[in-house]
Amino acid sequence: MFPANFGYVAARSLEEALQLMAKHGDDGKLLAGGHSLIPAMKLRLQSPQTLIDLGTVPGLQGVTVDGNHLVIGALTVHADVAASDLVRKHVPALADAAAVIGDVQVRNRGTIGGSAAHADPAADLPVVLTALNASFIAQSALGKRSISVDDFFTDFYTTALNANEILTEIHVPIPAAGTGTAYIKLPHPASGYVVVSAAALIVRQRSGTCSASRIAIGGLGSGPIRAISTELQLQGKPLTTQTIKAAAAAAAEETDPVEDSYAGAEYKRHVATVYARKAIEAAVERAAR
Amino acid sequence: MAAEAQFAALPVSITVNGVKHDAVVEPRTLLVYFLREHLNLTGTHVGCDTSQCGACTVHLNGRAVKSCTVLAVQANGAAVKTIEGLADGDNFHPVQEGFREKHGLQCGYCTPGMIMTAVHLLETNPSPTDDEIKHALEGNLCRCTGYVNIVESIKWAAAKMNGGAK
Repeated sequence: MFPANFGYVAARSLEEALQLMAKHGDDGKLLAGGHSLIPAMKLRLQSPQTLIDLGTVPGLQGVTVDGNHLVIGALTVHADVAASDLVRKHVPALADAAAVIGDVQVRNRGTIGGSAAHADPAADLPVVLTALNASFIAQSALGKRSISVDDFFTDFYTTALNANEILTEIHVPIPAAGTGTAYIKLPHPASGYVVVSAAALIVRQRSGTCSASRIAIGGLGSGPIRAISTELQLQGKPLTTQTIKAAAAAAAEETDPVEDSYAGAEYKRHVATVYARKAIEAAVERAAR
Repeated sequence: MAAEAQFAALPVSITVNGVKHDAVVEPRTLLVYFLREHLNLTGTHVGCDTSQCGACTVHLNGRAVKSCTVLAVQANGAAVKTIEGLADGDNFHPVQEGFREKHGLQCGYCTPGMIMTAVHLLETNPSPTDDEIKHALEGNLCRCTGYVNIVESIKWAAAKMNGGAK
């Protein structure tokens, strides 16, 4: 299988990539790791006229600390996110998610920025980045702006990025002491894509009560969904088995999942409550360490 | 004319198994076809062609990747290792030996990809557990039901590389 013919330009800098985007307009498409785009092009689901390769732009890879957040270059591959000591120490949920994307070979090529910008509703990273309250740095010729994760994933395969912007970094706040994070998923047995997944960030007081949380669910809509009811129910409560179970039971409220040949809507909603509970319990466990 | 220029073939320089190859390729040329059809290195197989089966696995700058999902132009300037580059003259790589000793193949179609993935695993984790081996092989499919012996083959290779196998 071959993609339709296209032109290819290896961008040597961010500035050059932005110029190429302006030149090619709607006919151009940014290429990161290519592990969503190239399969889509081989199936002729997408036929961009020109690929603008970001893989040749220096400085877009790696994980660093800047003040109170981690800075993850958009071209950092999943394997490196999963193996990053900084990620594992501060936000292990992100390592959980990066380690279960696709398979080894896919994780060696696929990138965090590519996955975020592609916004597949069955992807892992959007869900965990929602729970972690990440923000997305978008660079255009005019400058850069930061987009909150709550505003970033707008629809199926659609983000708040403008056509003249390149996602360059993802910022993940470093949680305060006493915080635990976790991510788990029910993968489709053949594809490994998310059927339902859950990510939790729990701030646990020394007394054992929950002072803040962010719970995100994947697989129920066009993108990650915040389980606001669950968060509200946890607020100020002791993090006991009972309160967690009760709060998690609200995780699929007001959702209308798409049915598919593998899982019906009711089943997905039920799994969401179970996985929300498991993710919260795992996050609480880590918070207590 | 304009369209031809737009889709123009591009020069690439890719080092494969230690030998630098300069070629001119269409941008849509996949790395696996560059290896097989431009360089006649047919040990790397095309299986599913949809980045699932892993028969096309090669090392790109030291990492296992699916060469059906990498453009040759993306590998410009990179170092690629294929199954043909594993043996040292007549001496098989320990993973190749392991597949022979433990009967890790039946039809052999998935074998080059299995071996390249296994070599990458042992380079990053010299003493993997059974579980780690199985997880590492998630992206490689065998349709002869040979997984049990494949895991045994890799364990044999790990032991040999760690100085213990007989």
